Amino acid sequence: MDSLLSILIWLPILGAGSVLFIGNNRAQLARWVSAGISVIVFVLSINLFLDFDTSTSSMQFVEKVSWITQFNIFYHLGVDGISMPLIILTTFSTILVIVAGWEVIKNRVADYMAAFLIMEGLIIGVFSSMDSMLFYVFWESSLIPMLLIIGVWGGQNRVYASIKFFLYTFLGSVFMLVSLIYMYNLSGSFAISEMYTLPLTMAQQSWIFWAFFLAFAVKVPMFPVHTWLPDAHVQAPTGGSVILAAIMLKMGGYGFFRFSLPITPDASSSFATVVIVLSLIAIVYIGFVALVQKDMKKLIAYSSISHMGFVTLGVFALFSIMKMGSNGELISISGASIESAYLGLEGAMIQMISHGFISAAMFLVVGVLYDRLHSREISTYGGVVNSMPKFTGFAVLFAMANAGLPGTSGFVGEFMVILGALQANFWFAFLASMTLIIGAAYTLWMVKRVFWGEITNPEVSTLSDINSREFGILAILAIAVLWMGLYPQPVIEVMHASIVNLLEQALTTKLPVLL
Amino acid sequence: MMNFNFNVAELLFALPELFLLFAISLILLFDLFVSQRLKQFTYYLTQLALLITGFLAFNLIGENATIFSGTFVLDSLGSTFKVFILGFAIIALVYTRHYLKAHELLRNEYFILAMMSILGMMVMVSGHSLLTLYLGLEIMSLSLYALIATARDRASAIEAALKYFVLGAIASGLLLYGMSMIYGISGSLDISQISSFASASTLGSQQTLILNFGLVFLVIGIAFKLGAVPFHMWVPDVYQGSPTSVTMFLSTVPKIAAIALLIRLLIDGLGELQHYWADLFMILAVLSIAIGSLVALTQTNIKRMLAYSTISHIGFVLLGFVTGVVDGYGAAVFYVLAYILMSLAAFGSIIVLNRKGFEADQISDFQGLSKHSPWFALIMLVVMLSMAGVPPFIGFYSKLFILQQVVAEGYVILAITAVIFAVISAYYYLQIIKTMYFDDVDKEILVSAPLDMKVVLSINGILILVVGLMPSFWMELSVSLF
Repeated sequence: MDSLLSILIWLPILGAGSVLFIGNNRAQLARWVSAGISVIVFVLSINLFLDFDTSTSSMQFVEKVSWITQFNIFYHLGVDGISMPLIILTTFSTILVIVAGWEVIKNRVADYMAAFLIMEGLIIGVFSSMDSMLFYVFWESSLIPMLLIIGVWGGQNRVYASIKFFLYTFLGSVFMLVSLIYMYNLSGSFAISEMYTLPLTMAQQSWIFWAFFLAFAVKVPMFPVHTWLPDAHVQAPTGGSVILAAIMLKMGGYGFFRFSLPITPDASSSFATVVIVLSLIAIVYIGFVALVQKDMKKLIAYSSISHMGFVTLGVFALFSIMKMGSNGELISISGASIESAYLGLEGAMIQMISHGFISAAMFLVVGVLYDRLHSREISTYGGVVNSMPKFTGFAVLFAMANAGLPGTSGFVGEFMVILGALQANFWFAFLASMTLIIGAAYTLWMVKRVFWGEITNPEVSTLSDINSREFGILAILAIAVLWMGLYPQPVIEVMHASIVNLLEQALTTKLPVLL
Repeated sequence: MMNFNFNVAELLFALPELFLLFAISLILLFDLFVSQRLKQFTYYLTQLALLITGFLAFNLIGENATIFSGTFVLDSLGSTFKVFILGFAIIALVYTRHYLKAHELLRNEYFILAMMSILGMMVMVSGHSLLTLYLGLEIMSLSLYALIATARDRASAIEAALKYFVLGAIASGLLLYGMSMIYGISGSLDISQISSFASASTLGSQQTLILNFGLVFLVIGIAFKLGAVPFHMWVPDVYQGSPTSVTMFLSTVPKIAAIALLIRLLIDGLGELQHYWADLFMILAVLSIAIGSLVALTQTNIKRMLAYSTISHIGFVLLGFVTGVVDGYGAAVFYVLAYILMSLAAFGSIIVLNRKGFEADQISDFQGLSKHSPWFALIMLVVMLSMAGVPPFIGFYSKLFILQQVVAEGYVILAITAVIFAVISAYYYLQIIKTMYFDDVDKEILVSAPLDMKVVLSINGILILVVGLMPSFWMELSVSLF
């Protein structure tokens, strides 16, 4: 199909229009139509994977139409090995949240479903835009449905959380806007590929790097601009948390891959240490913060921040592993092979996808409990295994994956990043591997307090186990987590060519060569 | 010396204005002599007259002429501006009628006065002499003062009218003072002669001084009319005090005329002194964006909040003129048109909530709208996000265009300042969204507006999205005017 990406973007958005038209009064119909649309979109997106050419790093499924002639802006779509897995993650997660909200959401059902469908289309747009202004339009407009999801269907403190979420990310991205405009004025084009080849001095690169950094670091989120995330997660409805953690955070990581590294390679290289230190703070310090949380959703939110630290660590560690020689060949700095540089980047990608599954699963697990007892406090529970054995099985599996148990997807990404980081600097790897202890501590301690032990709250003993709908969602996620943990090879193959290309771009200096 | 000759054929180029004047007189007479039952037709006649005038103005696009001894110019800028003025005015009057009916203010003078002020705007847009410009400005302003006072039993409206009148008179005085300086030193009222005088290389330092002196007063006068900080004091009070329909009118169409005044005086006339007035505008722009964004944060009255929001939008418009390049001016014009489209929809959304005996002017009046009327809540959501500059709505592209021009001319810091305040201002636009969608209040809201208003408001809201998705045509149009 020539316009597969356009269909993936616009089908959910237009479908959302029809769901809105069905209206909140015909909730059951709205549910089925939304579910149908999301399944169709997912099935279509599988074609991206099947027809994907793994041998090339160039863009595939390209569509290019002139859009705003005044600024030379094109409606230019395409995917490579970095964006394609994220698009499939998006279409996959959207089905989950629509099914997860089936009975739980009783208020404005059609609006709820439509918001998620619109968001799906916009986020696919983010991952497939090849024109930076198109990217920015999708990037910013994806805030709107999320704002409404948190604000309308959220918890007690939803107004504060939604507005904080919006303003935080909005502030981050406007600086990106200014730097995109700045580069447009230099090159006369908003095409991302033009920006890759645009020569920039070190000073220009530094400013642009930090502008991008603000936009992407807020989204990831990195320490110290992470404070919106716990609020947003705690207040958001389960579906909102799932999309937020599984996909929206990935937009930040994706930004580093797509923009920061190739456009400002020299600045990325010289500020890499700062980013690595911030990532390590996120991994270790935020891990400790997660340990003391009393609210399950907050705990998982902090654990998300900690895990996303691996993404930025894996990306920026490469500058301590490799550098570009004067003849354009890759030279290892620390005696490591080039494979370890790939390890870092591919580990970061795997970590993003794996975290998409695990965090979605964890938030769904909390959602299942919350739907029954309307409490997110750990102390409310205890001994859940007695009344919900099937559910506990899934919960423990996902908790293990969150703690990075080998055999689950959580292990693969983190292990690859740690291996990569080890080549860069022993202490990076040492601190990063602390997460295996801290992560296990906060996750398993939560599991112990919620699922094992004596039943202290009489209401817990009356809990009914998961129904077939919940079972289905969790089972699919469990399969995904185990598949990524046992056999991640297909995903790595898909991204390899693009990662090789990206590494080269990131290490090619844009500065004039001094002789 | 001016050469007064008169050619009947020249009248054709002023046909829209002449037709409108004729229509005003006719409708006024019609209104006097017909029975009470027929008086409701005044509104339809007004709309018809505006529609025909707009059509006439549209037909003149492409014609270029300077007539009436050089006092009146017809160019693409003038004709296009007139078409937009008339088009936006027609939309505004559709909304107006519902408001006036709901509050029993429906008197036919209202429409006559509105047409009169539109006539003034059209004269301003085509003014090519200091006198014509001033004449147009006064026709417009005097009609507007009276329009506010049509709600004669409301103390707040009388106060607003008086305030607007006094401050407007001061502004006119300042403008006139500046004009007299310019006239005194250049010896001409004609814009092109002033322009050639200002660009003459033989200008002595004394002459330059007086020219700059006059220029400062012109800038102040224009800033007053636009409501740029620090000449903005009248804006919030007048916006709040006036009947909402007049506030809507004030905040929309006259801005086009004021921009035309700016273009005629400062770009066509004193373009040579661009670097002087650009510096002044830079200060006005930054202050307007900052004060407009910050003060709006604490408002509870939505008209007052929108007044401050207008001030900050005007700041963005002025940024376009700071750049001093054709594309920058085009960006400013695009911004004004986009702003008016949004502002009309914003006030339309307020007016749609009005019903017999219920004046909606508090932000809290929007509570529960998303439940009782999801469609109009959605329109207001779109308007607010667009005003905040969130894509894919038109407000984003207008900001993009301005910022691109500002950055291209090397004012990166200015652009960064502007976007930071844009984020701050997003907070109060979000407050409206919060009120409509997040507040869990079960309040009955009745949308009792007539069908024509609902349809026009819907089209207005959809346009904000559609023009946002396809902004190319409007952008090119705006730049082609210069």
